[in-house]
Amino acid sequence: MKRTVYRNARLLDPATGLDAPGGLLAENGIIADLGPGIANGATPEGADVVDCGGAVLSPGLVDIRVQLREPGAEHQEDINSASRAAAAGGVTTMIALPNTEPVIDDVAGIEFVARRAREVKTVKVFTHAAITKDLAGNEMTEFGLLREAGAIAFSDGPVGVSKASVVARALSYATTFGALLMQHPEEPSLVDDGVMNAGELSTRLGLPGIPREAETIMLDRDLTLVEMTGGRYHAAAISTAASVERIRAAKSRGLDVTCDATPPNFALNELSIADYRTFAKLTPPLRSEDDRQAIVEGLKDGTIDLIASDHAPQDQDSKRLPFAQAAPGGIGMETLLPLTLELAHNGHLSLPDALRKVTVVPAERMGLPVGRLAPGAPADLVLFDPGRPWRIDADALRSKSKNSPFDGRLVQGQVLRTVVDGRTIYTAPEM
Amino acid sequence: MAISPISPESAPPPYPHRHLLGIEGLSPDDISQLLDLSEEYAEQSRGRGRKLSTLSGCTCINLFFENSTRTRTSFELAGKRLGADVINISVGSSSIKKGETLIDTAMTLNAMHADVLAVRHPDAGAVKLLSEKVNCAVINAGDGSHEHPTQALLDALTIRRRRGHLRDLQVALCGDIAHSRVARSNIYLLQTMGARVRVVAPPTLLPPELERLGVEVFHDMRRGLADCDIVMMLRLQRERMQGTFVPSIREYFRFFGLDYEKLQFAKPDALIMHPGPMNRGVEIDSQVADDIDRSLIHEQVEMGVAVRMACLDLLAHGVREAGAL
Repeated sequence: MKRTVYRNARLLDPATGLDAPGGLLAENGIIADLGPGIANGATPEGADVVDCGGAVLSPGLVDIRVQLREPGAEHQEDINSASRAAAAGGVTTMIALPNTEPVIDDVAGIEFVARRAREVKTVKVFTHAAITKDLAGNEMTEFGLLREAGAIAFSDGPVGVSKASVVARALSYATTFGALLMQHPEEPSLVDDGVMNAGELSTRLGLPGIPREAETIMLDRDLTLVEMTGGRYHAAAISTAASVERIRAAKSRGLDVTCDATPPNFALNELSIADYRTFAKLTPPLRSEDDRQAIVEGLKDGTIDLIASDHAPQDQDSKRLPFAQAAPGGIGMETLLPLTLELAHNGHLSLPDALRKVTVVPAERMGLPVGRLAPGAPADLVLFDPGRPWRIDADALRSKSKNSPFDGRLVQGQVLRTVVDGRTIYTAPEM
Repeated sequence: MAISPISPESAPPPYPHRHLLGIEGLSPDDISQLLDLSEEYAEQSRGRGRKLSTLSGCTCINLFFENSTRTRTSFELAGKRLGADVINISVGSSSIKKGETLIDTAMTLNAMHADVLAVRHPDAGAVKLLSEKVNCAVINAGDGSHEHPTQALLDALTIRRRRGHLRDLQVALCGDIAHSRVARSNIYLLQTMGARVRVVAPPTLLPPELERLGVEVFHDMRRGLADCDIVMMLRLQRERMQGTFVPSIREYFRFFGLDYEKLQFAKPDALIMHPGPMNRGVEIDSQVADDIDRSLIHEQVEMGVAVRMACLDLLAHGVREAGAL
């Protein structure tokens, strides 16, 4: 039996609100015990001992929206490089989006990701499956068979399904299997050729804008369809004040609706684009400061349930272009923890509440038995120093692509060790 | 750090910017300096001995990723009148995927040791991107819907020569503001120099939150032109006239085209401008366009050469001096 004792830790379990000094015992990849006694008691025979040095020991992060680029664009990222990035970021479970080449819209695609994840054997890798075949927005995929094969939720990735009839049927049919639909709400005809938030800045830069209403309109429509069908719905990466209002209202009507925000949309605004910085070209676009503040408010009052990185690797050649031609997206797994912790450092959320949004809440919404410190749960852990400052250096990140919109930002909170099923998969260079 | 003038007698004061990428951010002094030198070149070009040797030995490259006749010709003539070696490179938008080789192009140009590069590109920000990769001075000859600074300078020079000043003039910009780099550069320049700017257009041709640039917005030509000193018409691209942004040409001309009926709401001596090329019968009536007492359209073209001479002169000397330090 393989045993590891983590002693001298600040145990932090967002699921229960536990925040106390203590230790944790893992046996064969499962949490066997935890509490103040573990720190003081005798070491079980044959156990490895990890002295946590007073750092925070919490459940590993669960990132529900990651673009792996494998299969099809392995020059930008692959399951191996993404797994190493995840491990360095304290992410122990990542869920891929199906927008690969080919699209993950059949059972073979799910099995491919599962097999590659077993080979790489770093973090836990799951995948969503497409809502529509080839992400074309027309024909539904085999929700039942895909669920059986291990699809977590259904999503057309960074594009919203634009036909109302297709969304209505998908929401309705998915109830058969209790499946969750995750939409990126953005009405394509209003996006048109838009490349950034529509407003004063887009006018000054002479770039076509994407109005906030592109997001609100599809969200309104989808929420109406959720009400009609009784479906389960998750709005991905909301970015506007109006969207926060809409979700708040939908929840008060009792709909089975959740949503998330991404670090760029609560930590940056459109001014990051400055003089056409393509690394700040994202989907959804960076919005105004008013919107950013509304997103922070939504995170505080719980309207926004969780945080996802929306990790979207793009190589240099896709970004070193005139703004309108550059590919959208930014990498985010390695910076997810410190940017989430900013919400705590800035006094918006308590440390456990900030961590809830990247651990137990996404795990529960996605139906995964991870994201908590409890006897019997998998020993998926992250040990981090919440106060340690560092500067994000995109070139030092482990993703194959270096397109971080946060390059150069000073942050606090450094991952010291990442553990999956009791195996240490990452230790910080200093340790 | 002393900068030794190239020709002590007539050397202009050093111009404080390496490139001319846009009007936004330029000070009134910067703009006056460019206009004053342009004025000199305008006089010189009308007299004899137009060919100078100011930029003898300098290489100016006109790099156009978008079709243009008048702007490219104007830059070419300006460079040649200053005695520079001028090269035109036209990159058809169909021959390579747009922008794909922009940074490669910059590297190629560096190897040619150009002094000044005038660049037009269909994408906003592309000229700025190029300027970050090349060793020479860069003039934005129009980037997408962003800026077209030499056009705004030639417009200002034309107005200044007629009115003597820009301060307190009431200028109306009419037409497709949303897609116009000329409109943006003019708004910045005219406001910086103390003029008041209005825009007149249907809402579909206005970019979002335009009023935050400090302009007054009108949707009615009669009200918008009331008491204006200058009426500046903008070109409406053909593909935007057929139901996408406005329903039809005839409807657009009826409500937003400049004719004598609408012009009478402006000041009696109001002057008419158009950056060209004009769509007669779309945004401007032929009679108004050809009215020699009111229309400055041909003078704008003439001033274009003078302005570009001034820009080439100041930036080329700036590059030479920076290199000599």
